[in-house]
Amino acid sequence: MAEAQNIPVGSTTAGSIAVAAESTVATRMSAPPSFDVQDFPVPHGREEEWRFTPLERLRGLHDGTAVATDEGVRVEVQAPEGVTVELVDRDDPRLGKGGTPVDRVAAQAYSSFEKAGVVTVPKETVLTEPIRIAVHGEGGTRFGHQVIELGAFAEAVVVIDHTGDAVLATNVDYILGDGAKLTVVSVQDWDDKAVHVAQHNALIGRDASFKSVVVTFGGDLVRLHPRVSYAGTGGEAELFGIYFTDKGQHQEHRLLVDHNNPHCKSNVVYKGALQGEDAHAVWIGDVLIEAKAEGTDTYEMNRNLVLTDGARVDSVPNLEIETGEIVGAGHASATGRFDDEQLFYLMARGIPADEARRLVVRGFFAELVQQIGVDDIEERLLVKIDEELEATV
Amino acid sequence: MATLEIRDLHVTVEADNATKEILKGVDLTVKQGETHAIMGPNGSGKSTLAYSLAGHPKYTITGGTVTLDGEDVLEMEVDERARAGLFLAMQYPVEVPGVSVSNFLRTSATAVRGEAPKLRTWVKEVKEAMERLNMDPSFAERNVNEGFSGGEKKRHEILQLELLKPKIAILDETDSGLDVDALRVVSEGVNRVRETGEVGTLLITHYTRILRYIKPDHVHVFAGGKIVESGGAELADKLENEGYEAYTKGGASE
Repeated sequence: MAEAQNIPVGSTTAGSIAVAAESTVATRMSAPPSFDVQDFPVPHGREEEWRFTPLERLRGLHDGTAVATDEGVRVEVQAPEGVTVELVDRDDPRLGKGGTPVDRVAAQAYSSFEKAGVVTVPKETVLTEPIRIAVHGEGGTRFGHQVIELGAFAEAVVVIDHTGDAVLATNVDYILGDGAKLTVVSVQDWDDKAVHVAQHNALIGRDASFKSVVVTFGGDLVRLHPRVSYAGTGGEAELFGIYFTDKGQHQEHRLLVDHNNPHCKSNVVYKGALQGEDAHAVWIGDVLIEAKAEGTDTYEMNRNLVLTDGARVDSVPNLEIETGEIVGAGHASATGRFDDEQLFYLMARGIPADEARRLVVRGFFAELVQQIGVDDIEERLLVKIDEELEATV
Repeated sequence: MATLEIRDLHVTVEADNATKEILKGVDLTVKQGETHAIMGPNGSGKSTLAYSLAGHPKYTITGGTVTLDGEDVLEMEVDERARAGLFLAMQYPVEVPGVSVSNFLRTSATAVRGEAPKLRTWVKEVKEAMERLNMDPSFAERNVNEGFSGGEKKRHEILQLELLKPKIAILDETDSGLDVDALRVVSEGVNRVRETGEVGTLLITHYTRILRYIKPDHVHVFAGGKIVESGGAELADKLENEGYEAYTKGGASE
């Protein structure tokens, strides 16, 4: 059930559970999904899918004025033996299978990239080392497309690191064969000026498990759109997110889980901390349970911790149910403040102010960090969280 | 011997766009080993005294001095006061989501003692202190004050008192909202700390009930933002029989 507590001034937390014959998730978008950018009008900012995003900071990704540069964004893939890493042309049949762009920037990316990256883990290959993809910006603009495909019963961990300064629009497809297990950690550790807009499309095979961990620390504007649908029954998706939104940053995570097959599970947990003037976090959690998806089990949750005045959270969970024959469905959203009274209480027990803040924020994230299941990432996250705190206290 | 000296303390608070003086010249000396009860009607400024001593930012000191063993307490930050040996058991302890009691206690003890307590002895120390306060071990894994009942919050405050071993303990209406059983358990905790002879206790209360369990050496009547009468334990008996009427009518109240 929706719950909302301690909402800071200037925030919205609107939750809804709709039981409807027709999905509003689809109808409230300004255009149907398409690979062609021409099918989307240039957004003006009042559209449902754009209303929280400062368009003027998109550096032209939304209106066709952004131009790809030859250099300035490097992509390097490191893969253990047994994995195929390719650069392919636009007409490669493996592209676009995960999902179709749902907004103008995603369609722009699909219409504009020159070569796509395809990483393939053959069937029944179980990797013991992660595949690492480093995306490093040196001031360039790039439209990208990346496919990560696991054959049946393959198992892999993929870590995608985004660093430096770039203007980047991409689509990333995760294709999981039957019984495959994929964990993807996407870290947005950008410099202050970077703009990053991406749609992630996961297509989960029968009895396959997908775990996505999205970690957003940096950038001027980051807008990610992780989406999940199921290619068969018995699939499982865990979507975890951690964001730390600082002064002036806009970090937006828009999730969609489309339960389009019976007996699938999904669990969404996103947690964010905000600090500083005009820090703005947006979380949209759409879960759709289609009429044919009986036996669905889904839960989604967003928690925000506001550390200082002047930060803003918009959190909108939305659950649509077209069948009552399900195991469970729920959602929750809450935004709390680390307020002066909590600080006073901890300090009155001898704990210095900066340590008190660290205690609260580490505690807030710890439970989620522990669920990532990739040791070096967990450690790096905790260090990063401490750095973020030290930067502003 | 540790001594807390409060001299001519004046404190204001901002409310409804106006500055209001709450404390109007408080004088009090609390020595290690002594127990002082401060009793007064609602709105007399008792809690303001407690929170001002701890350094709550809501209150502005406009005059007077507070020293602990000669050190200027009013110059210290909130955390420095705690490390110097002041402890405030709060009437309304706040929830701190995401921080477990065990993590909180250890962080606090580390700060106050100046070094991390040795893990083995620490675990035992906490366990035994909790047992004495009839607290279930599962308590340590819960988040600080989150979903605690009124009685659990007060026990948790006294647990901290026992573990942090301050020089001066200020107990702000620790008895309010407690049933008789909880009051006895909490009072026994306070008495264990007092019996060490190493703490000066400032017991702030509206009711005489708690004084049946915790015997004060001195009783002060607080009204209109200052101490209007001081005496021994017999003064509490007088208040029990006659109430605060004599102090609130005679122009002493605001």
